[in-house]
Amino acid sequence: MAEPLLDVASVTLRYKTPGLVITATERVSFQVNTSDRFVLLGPSGCGKSTLLKAVGGYIAPSEGAITIKGRRVTAPGPDRMMVFQEFDQLLPWKTVLENVMFPLTDARRLPRREAEEKARHYIEKVNLTRALDSYPHTLSGGMKQRVAIARGMAMEPDILLMDEPFAALDALTRRTCQDELIQLWEETRFTVMFVTHSIAEAIRIGNRILLLSPHPGRVKAEVVDVDKASVADGSAGRLEREIHALLFAETGHGE
Amino acid sequence: MSVTSTTPAAPRIILREAAGPATAEVQRKVGVLEAAWDMSVVRKTTIILVLALIWEIYGRWLDNPLLFPTLTETVQALAENIANGILPARAWASLKVLLMGYSVGVVLAGLLTILAINTRTGSDFLETVTAMLSPLPAIALLPLALIWFGLGNGSLVFILVHSVLWPVALNTHSGFRAVSETLRMVGRNYGLTGFAYIRKILIPAAFPSILTGLKIGWAFAWRTLVAAELVFGVSSGQGGLGWFIFENRNLLEIPAVFAGLLTVILIGLVVENLIFRTIERRTVLKWGLQH
Repeated sequence: MAEPLLDVASVTLRYKTPGLVITATERVSFQVNTSDRFVLLGPSGCGKSTLLKAVGGYIAPSEGAITIKGRRVTAPGPDRMMVFQEFDQLLPWKTVLENVMFPLTDARRLPRREAEEKARHYIEKVNLTRALDSYPHTLSGGMKQRVAIARGMAMEPDILLMDEPFAALDALTRRTCQDELIQLWEETRFTVMFVTHSIAEAIRIGNRILLLSPHPGRVKAEVVDVDKASVADGSAGRLEREIHALLFAETGHGE
Repeated sequence: MSVTSTTPAAPRIILREAAGPATAEVQRKVGVLEAAWDMSVVRKTTIILVLALIWEIYGRWLDNPLLFPTLTETVQALAENIANGILPARAWASLKVLLMGYSVGVVLAGLLTILAINTRTGSDFLETVTAMLSPLPAIALLPLALIWFGLGNGSLVFILVHSVLWPVALNTHSGFRAVSETLRMVGRNYGLTGFAYIRKILIPAAFPSILTGLKIGWAFAWRTLVAAELVFGVSSGQGGLGWFIFENRNLLEIPAVFAGLLTVILIGLVVENLIFRTIERRTVLKWGLQH
């Protein structure tokens, strides 16, 4: 098998709160291959967001190592673009176009013309050409998240890291955004790592799902070939029930 | 409506016939008067005009130009002093010193804040020193400043720096600290560090607070300057607006005193409403960071 794009090797993450050191994840290992839609799924407290931030380079592992394309992850960088849950992730002093262009000119040092062309291309892909010159405060939550996705994709990073990007959206918009993301993936086949606590979303988005159990976060199972599940014959619903049963098997308060 | 059929009802979608063109008005132009009254400039100008009218009426009723000249007399004195070049020269003298003190104060505040966000000691230092010195009125330092820097612009610049430095530093620092964690992470995601990170992320994100600091600093400096000139313009050859006011009071030229005060007010209004307002419109209002 080819070398994986991202290798997370028995990573333990700890963070300090006043007076306490909390273990968020314990010896978690997984590998992400090129063009994977890799989903981290688990209840709150399983350290999935912390894990994503560690891949982003914001938190250094206490044990183990994270490598991307053979390079050790030590700091945040534009090769791993993040899409956050919060709506305030766009720079409010820049228009939609400028927001997407900024990392292209600043971090990738592209000439302005080329950066603008690329930015326009990806903004069109998320259907926001009409909002090109708008400032973020005039956009709806769903539009802001789509700009953030366009910004991440325009950088053509090794991996796109998405931290519950649709969790704060209303149900209808969330559904549209999920479909758009899959559509975009069909077109460009980018590699994405996606954190969610919704089983249905994980099945809709991912082709592989890593199930994490909480306190501290540990790998419970991995679901592969998720994209073979379909809503039509009910296999998606069955998978959802199976995952649900697995996640809440021991805790006992799930059902 | 009753369902007579015995088959179990299945969910159905019943489409409504299009109800024809909507009759209720969707949008309507507001009238000219209403639109004018919606502009804050119009409302504020009206208030100023009413105040001016009250001034004129009271002045005429009192009929004592030595105590309270009318608006017309004041405007006359203003026009005379502008025409003979005294008032513009005095105003320029004040503004020159003011700009000097203001820019030195702002630069120092910037350095102090950058130190404060990068090191914990710097942050502690800024908080302690600001808490100690910011309640101290700048004018209270004037006697000391006169001993240290002598009669002249040096003393004025010193107390101006004191009046600008603390409010600007305090506001900038709290603005930096209020920048959301998400924006900070976005900045670091782009690989920004050090001064580039401060310039491209922190300063624009904290701009509303920085602008508030600059405005407060400007108001403090302007007041301090005029007050200080009243104290020692007396022994200095060419004074500023404060000295103009003091001089004319000694000559019992009360309309000219009022003209000097009016100039102080006008310059304050111009800076607040033209300069700062324009900056606000082009930045924080446009970005939706302030409403």
